[in-house]
Amino acid sequence: MLGNTANGLFWTYRLLERAENMSRLIETGQRIALTRLNSSDEQWLYVMQTAAVASEYKRYYSKIEKEAALDWMLKHPENKSSILSSITSARQNAKMVRHALTTDVWEAINGSFLDIQNLLKTKIRERDLPIVLRTIKQSAALVRGATYGTMLRNEEYDFCRLGTFIERADNTARILDVKYYVLLPSAKAVGTSIDNVQWETILRSVSAYGGFRLEYGHEAGPGDIAKFLILDKRMPRSLIYCCEILKLHLSSLCSTYRNKPASFSQIMQLQKRFLTHDIEAIFKFGLHDFLQKMISLFADLSDQIEIDYRFYE
Amino acid sequence: MKVGTVFDEMWADGSSIRRPYKNIKTWLDGEERSSLKAKRRDANDLFRLTGITFNVYGSEEGEERLIPFDIVPRVLTSNEWTKICKGLEQRVRAINAFLYDIYHDQEIVKAGVLPLEMLKNNPAFLLQMMGVNPPGQIYTHISGVDIIRTAENEFYVLEDNVRTPSGVSYMLENRETMLQMFPELFTKNRVQPIQNYPQELLYSLKHTLPETAENKPTVCLLTPGLYNSAYFEHAFLADQMGIELVQGNDLKVVDGFLAMRTTQGHRKVDVVYKRLDDEFLDPLNFNEKSSLGVPGLFDVYRKGRVTIANAPGTGIADDKAMYSFMPEIVQFYSGEFPLLQNVPTWRCAIKDQLNYVLDNIHELVIKRVHGSGGYGMLIGPTATKKDIANFRRKLLSTPQDYIAQPTLSLSTVPILTSKGFAPRHVDLRPFVQMSPEKINIVPGGLTRVAMSKGSLVVNSSQGGGTKDTWVLEN
Repeated sequence: MLGNTANGLFWTYRLLERAENMSRLIETGQRIALTRLNSSDEQWLYVMQTAAVASEYKRYYSKIEKEAALDWMLKHPENKSSILSSITSARQNAKMVRHALTTDVWEAINGSFLDIQNLLKTKIRERDLPIVLRTIKQSAALVRGATYGTMLRNEEYDFCRLGTFIERADNTARILDVKYYVLLPSAKAVGTSIDNVQWETILRSVSAYGGFRLEYGHEAGPGDIAKFLILDKRMPRSLIYCCEILKLHLSSLCSTYRNKPASFSQIMQLQKRFLTHDIEAIFKFGLHDFLQKMISLFADLSDQIEIDYRFYE
Repeated sequence: MKVGTVFDEMWADGSSIRRPYKNIKTWLDGEERSSLKAKRRDANDLFRLTGITFNVYGSEEGEERLIPFDIVPRVLTSNEWTKICKGLEQRVRAINAFLYDIYHDQEIVKAGVLPLEMLKNNPAFLLQMMGVNPPGQIYTHISGVDIIRTAENEFYVLEDNVRTPSGVSYMLENRETMLQMFPELFTKNRVQPIQNYPQELLYSLKHTLPETAENKPTVCLLTPGLYNSAYFEHAFLADQMGIELVQGNDLKVVDGFLAMRTTQGHRKVDVVYKRLDDEFLDPLNFNEKSSLGVPGLFDVYRKGRVTIANAPGTGIADDKAMYSFMPEIVQFYSGEFPLLQNVPTWRCAIKDQLNYVLDNIHELVIKRVHGSGGYGMLIGPTATKKDIANFRRKLLSTPQDYIAQPTLSLSTVPILTSKGFAPRHVDLRPFVQMSPEKINIVPGGLTRVAMSKGSLVVNSSQGGGTKDTWVLEN
C-alpha cells in the first residue's frame, strides 16, 4: 500500500470527523440559544472557541453575531475549518484514494458532499438550520455505516480509523479544555445541578447529554463530567476510548507489517502515563495542564504516524 | 466516398428501418417520452454520484462536468464488427512494427516509402527512444482508433490514438448505466459483453514484463493527478484492475530500479501504465520543468528494467501528418492492402497540396498536426468568413502545422432531444489491447455523439456526448 494512499485515507476520515464535530457544536449553540432565556449572542463566542475557530472569526468580524457566527462555521470561504471546507477537502482526499475505498463508501462520501454543497449554496436562514445539520449528521452516519459494513479489515481500514480517532480525541480534549474551569471541584459548585448551561454545552457537544444523565444521575457534579469524558471506557468520545481504538489499529498495523514503529510506543506510553489514574489524580495534576498535554501528545502521535508510514517523501 | 449525403444507422435511406435497429425501434415506440426523460435524469444523477465527471481545461479549478449521455444505444452487427476488428488488428500490428522500425533501422525510410523529413524536426519523434528495446517489443499496449462510418459498408479510420488513448471508462460506465436503467433490453437483445476490459488490460500489461520482473510483478497506473481531465478514468481503471494509482511523487528511482513509496518503504515497480504525456515523464530526460514525472525513470526504462505502457515516443505514429502515410505504412509492414480505409489527407507542408487546400478551404476540414481534443480546427462548410480568413493566414505562415481532409458525412444515430428523437453525427473509438501473445479488442468501444444539430464535433471537450455501443451476437 502506498504511503500516499494511507495519507489520503487518514485525512479523509479526519476531515469527515471534523465536519461532524463542527455541526454538533453548532447544534449545541442553537439549542442553548433557543432554550435559555438569558442567553445572548456572546455564547456563540464560546461555541466558536470550542471549535477553535474564534480567533480567525475575530479577524473578519468586529462583533459576535449569531448570523455571522453561523455563516463562519458553516461555510465562510476564509474559514478552513468550516463544514463546507472540511467536507470538500475530505471528498478531495477520498477522490485521490478512490481505488482504496469500496464503491459504497465512495458513493456515500461523494453523495454527501453533493448534498451538503447544494444545501450550503444559498444563504442559510435560521429555519433551514435544522435540515442542514440533520443532513450533515445523516451523511456522517451513512459514511460510517458504509465503512463499517463494506471495508475489509485491513491496513486501509486501520488508517481510516486512525484518522477518525485522532481527530475525535483532539476534539474532545479541546471541548473540555475551553471550559475546564467550570469542571473543577470547588465549593461554589456544590449543590448545583447539571442544568448548568456550561455543562449542558459540554455534554451536548459530544452527544452525551442523555447518556451522562442516565449513567451518573441528576446528582452528579462537574467532576463526574470530566471523569465521563476522559476516563469512561463506555463513552465513544472519551479520551480513553479514543486511545483504546488508536492502540487497536496501531497494533493491528504492527502485526500486518511485523514491526513496532515509534507511533506504537507513543500510544502505549500515552495510555500508561496519563490514562491509568483516577480523576482526582488528574485534578491534582491540573486539569488544564493535563488537557494541554493530551492535545500536544495527540499532535505528536499524528506526526509520528505520518513518519512511520511514509505519508510524505 | 459520398460527400453530402448522410447515412443514418437506424433509417438508412430514410424509409425503412435497418435490421439491427428493429428492436430498438420497438422499444422506443413502446416507451412514454416523459418516462424516458425521467430515466435520462436518473442516469445523470447516477453519473454524478459515481463521480463520472471530467474537468475542463481552462475552466475554474475543480469544476466538474458530466459528459452528456444519450440513452439510445448505437448498434453494430456481429458481421460489421468482425470486419472492423480484422482491419484494426492489421493496422495496430503495423503501427507497432512501424514504431520498432523507425526507432531502430528505419527500413521504411531506406525503402523510400517514408521521407526522412517526416521524422526529422518532428517533435513527436523522440530521439531518446532510438535503439531502445521496449519489453516484449510492444509499443502500443493500448490503441484507441477513431472510426467513422459514411455508408452501409464504408468505414474510415479518422485518427489513431496511440499516446494515451482515453474514454474507456465511459464505454464501461455507459453499459453499467444502461444495465441499471433498462435491464429488460439486455434480456431481449443478445449484446456482446464488454465488462472484462480491465482484466484484459491487466493481462496485456502483465505479459509485457521487463526481464528483471519477479514472480509477482507490480503494476501501477501513473496519473498527472486530481486536476487532469481524465482523472476519474485513472482512478476507475486502477480500482478495476486492483493496481496502485500513483503520481510522480510516489515514485523514485532507487538503486537503478523504479520504486514506489509504500507504507513500508520503497518497493520495486515492474510495469507503469502511464497516463501522462511523454514530455512530463522524466524531468532529467525530457521537459526539465515537469514536476509530474519521475527523475531518472527513462534511464531505468532504457536499461530494460521497467515497462512503460504505452512506450514513450508512440506519438509519432498518431501524428496527423503521419496519418496520411498510414496506407503505405500498413502495406509496408503487413504485406497486405489495408482493410480499413484512410480519409484522403492533404499535407499543407507540400506546396501543391497547400494550394489545393487554400483554393478549396470552404469544403475542407483543417486540423493542426499536433492538436487533439477538437481544439483549433476549422470546419470549412460551417465556418464564418472571419474564421476562414484567420485560417488562411495561419496556413500561409506555418503550413507545416496543418493538414486538411474532405468534410465527411459522419453517419447519424438518433438521440433523445427535448423535442423528441433526432439524428446526430457519431464516431466510434474501439480500444485495442496488445501483448506479445495476442491482440484483444473488446466488442464495441466508445461512441461519441455531437449533441447539437448538424454538428460534426464529437469531442467531449467541445460539448460532445456518448452512447452505449452494442455489438450484437450472431
